Amino acid sequence: MEYEYVVEMLKIRKEFPGIVACDDITLQLQKGEIHALLGENGAGKSTLMSILFGLYQPDNGTIRMKGKEVSVANPNAANDLGIGMVHQHFKLVHNFTVTENIILGIETTKGLVIDIRSSAERIRELSKKYGLKVDPSAKIADISVGMQQRVEILKMLYRNADILIFDEPTAVLTPQEIQELMNIMKNLVAEGKSIILITHKLKEIKAIADRCTVIRRGKYIDSVYVKETSEEKLAEMMVGRNVSFTTEKEDKEPGEVVLRLENLSVRNTQGVLGLKDFSLELRRGEIVGVAGVDGNGQEELVQSIIGLKRAQAGKIIFNGADITNHSIRQRIGKGVAHIPADRHKHGLILDYTVRENLILMVYHQEPFSQRGILNKEQIHQYAEQIVEQFDVRAGQGAASSTRSLSGGNQQKAIVGREIFRDVDLLIAVQPTRGLDVGAIEYIHEQLVEQRNKGKAVLLISLELDEILDVSDRIAAINNGELVGIVQANQTNENEVGLMMAGVKEGVSA
Amino acid sequence: MKINKDLILAIVAVILGLMAGSLLMLVAKSSPVDGYLYLFQGGLMNIERIGNTLATATPLILTGLSVAFAFRTGLFNIGAAGQMLIGGLCATAIGLTYAWPKPMLVPMMVGAAALGGGLWAAVPGWLKARFNVHEVVSTIMMNWIAYWTVYYTVPAYFKGSFMETESQRLSQYASLKVQWLTDLFNDSYINLGIFIAIIIVILIAFVLTRTTLGYELKAVGFNRHASEAAGIDVNRSIIISMTIAGMLAGLAGVTFYAGYASNIQIGILPSQGFDGIAVSLLGANSPWGVLGAAVFFGLLHTGKGFMNAMTSIPPEIADTIIATIIYFSATSILMQRLWDKLRKKIGGAK
Repeated sequence: MEYEYVVEMLKIRKEFPGIVACDDITLQLQKGEIHALLGENGAGKSTLMSILFGLYQPDNGTIRMKGKEVSVANPNAANDLGIGMVHQHFKLVHNFTVTENIILGIETTKGLVIDIRSSAERIRELSKKYGLKVDPSAKIADISVGMQQRVEILKMLYRNADILIFDEPTAVLTPQEIQELMNIMKNLVAEGKSIILITHKLKEIKAIADRCTVIRRGKYIDSVYVKETSEEKLAEMMVGRNVSFTTEKEDKEPGEVVLRLENLSVRNTQGVLGLKDFSLELRRGEIVGVAGVDGNGQEELVQSIIGLKRAQAGKIIFNGADITNHSIRQRIGKGVAHIPADRHKHGLILDYTVRENLILMVYHQEPFSQRGILNKEQIHQYAEQIVEQFDVRAGQGAASSTRSLSGGNQQKAIVGREIFRDVDLLIAVQPTRGLDVGAIEYIHEQLVEQRNKGKAVLLISLELDEILDVSDRIAAINNGELVGIVQANQTNENEVGLMMAGVKEGVSA
Repeated sequence: MKINKDLILAIVAVILGLMAGSLLMLVAKSSPVDGYLYLFQGGLMNIERIGNTLATATPLILTGLSVAFAFRTGLFNIGAAGQMLIGGLCATAIGLTYAWPKPMLVPMMVGAAALGGGLWAAVPGWLKARFNVHEVVSTIMMNWIAYWTVYYTVPAYFKGSFMETESQRLSQYASLKVQWLTDLFNDSYINLGIFIAIIIVILIAFVLTRTTLGYELKAVGFNRHASEAAGIDVNRSIIISMTIAGMLAGLAGVTFYAGYASNIQIGILPSQGFDGIAVSLLGANSPWGVLGAAVFFGLLHTGKGFMNAMTSIPPEIADTIIATIIYFSATSILMQRLWDKLRKKIGGAK
């Protein structure tokens, strides 16, 4: 073999105004390996990969492929070099079929007509070879997110890519889909492809990667063999300190009832009942976790409590008062805080500055405004406090555009905004989605701290580990109905898993 | 920083537009130097012409502001023309009906114009909030409703003494023209409208940057869902936004029909309504940018007659220049990319 590595990125440096995104990072990819690129949010993983994919030009350093130095001027050049990337947010045309999406840009023609049939045939073969099970004639809008990701994989394969970059591919997948994706990746390397896996999920690295390169705050830390390195060690390298995977919390006797849901029924977007006859009590000083598979009524539950959806029947009692028909603003004012699942859609105004986002719930109150005039001085101080206390990192502090922040820092801003208001009820929906272990640990600590301060916390998550780790009590939801409630310290993954599937037996407490 | 960048882009667009204009003048076998000399002289050479430039700019400032305000809050107001026309009709109706003293009559006319324009835009706002009807479609339809309303109302109730196609002339008590101002600018068209426009520019800049109302309206424009989750009444915001935009266009109507002119004609949608879109674009949707862009367009409109008189260049060249400038400011994203690339190259050489 005349070369040792299929891709080498040597001493890559890239600066953006006010920040060094990549500070002499080296990454070497062997043929036929799955190489994990591990780092916190904003550590420089995406920048490094964007450089390899030709989206950015490095300020310094060299890229070699198969021992030869290359320059990647743009994504097309990357394609020609056999580099393909599955982006975190898919780039698909939703009303096109799978085939149309895959051939987009490199359509083969017969005369003046696009030769869909032979393309579809080739896609079918590729799909079969790697076990992707994709139907070439299906429309993107009709297939699941997991399938859409496979279409992205097929796009790369169709373009004969040998080096495949996956940017946090499991962030959007269900546990079953993650398992299937891992099998697909194994098939791919077995056929001689090489994979770079960008992630911050240690479990996945342990499960599938051969080697792992760790970067932290733009700096290269080390490249290690995954088999010889423990999860704890990887986490420590990534964060720069010891990380605990379980959240510490002492026992606490819950206080009076903060939120009481009485036989709540809520319609979903299709107009049928997504939440049926749901009753739950939430007390001061406890965290109640809602466990369930996605789409089993969690959205309806949350939206009816915060006021985005009307309850069809039943009551919502908050601190003794019936708020079933209150407006969203009234509920916020009474003391409902909400960390939404989709931070871009429901949590932030990306075109506003961080400062403007931090006052989104309070701008209309004194001292932030008087008689409709904003008080810039007070707003500055308030935002500065949140940024500092919750360690929101941004190029220009609170004056930065929110869009420019990394996902983890955006989430910290929301968590900070909601917790800083110091209210009685905190509803956290998937609060750690897409975050790295350091940030997850931090947010879990914050939730527990709120509980210890005597707040009521409602945690809705699709990650069973998170629910089991953080909650005091666990409510399992299935098909919009409450299956049962168990004490977190008297149950296990199996029992809750069964309840999530709708099995009521074995319910304790 | 951002304002400066927008200013540079606007100036580049203007320069490119003027360059394109000189090419056209060359094609028309005239000297661009002479052409521009007379064009700018026509708008600036004496105090009277400066007054006319400002008078021409006045309705443009207000319609530009109307479009810019809607745009900043996520709405596209194509209906400034209709709102302006209705504003003018309401003001004219008051001015022709009541014989109050001037200090009472003129404020009433101004108020009626704002009210009429606001109402005209509130309808599309309500339709969008309630039924999600796109405001581009509904404001255009409202333009035609305004057009025909004037077409039937004016001959039926306010018919002029000589012409069937226009209203009676407003008396001097019902005009925004005031003697001291007219004297100051040597008999030019300038009127109190320019002061209204400048006050409104300051007011709107204040509302957008310093008030909770501006904060809410912009938030809804950027992200409806997050605003709703934060407790902002999104539907109310949309209606308020459109109403304010309409009031601004309505004020343009009173400054035009009761200031620049002194009666209202039927069968014409005022071009200032659509020019407002261009003004807003060149002014980068900022109130002060709108003021600058409107005065510049006012200058070109005022100077083109003089240019035509002194040279053989057709006055349409001035309109072409305006159109070219609009193209360049609409494609300013491209220029910005070019600029960034250039800077990177220079920076990379270091």
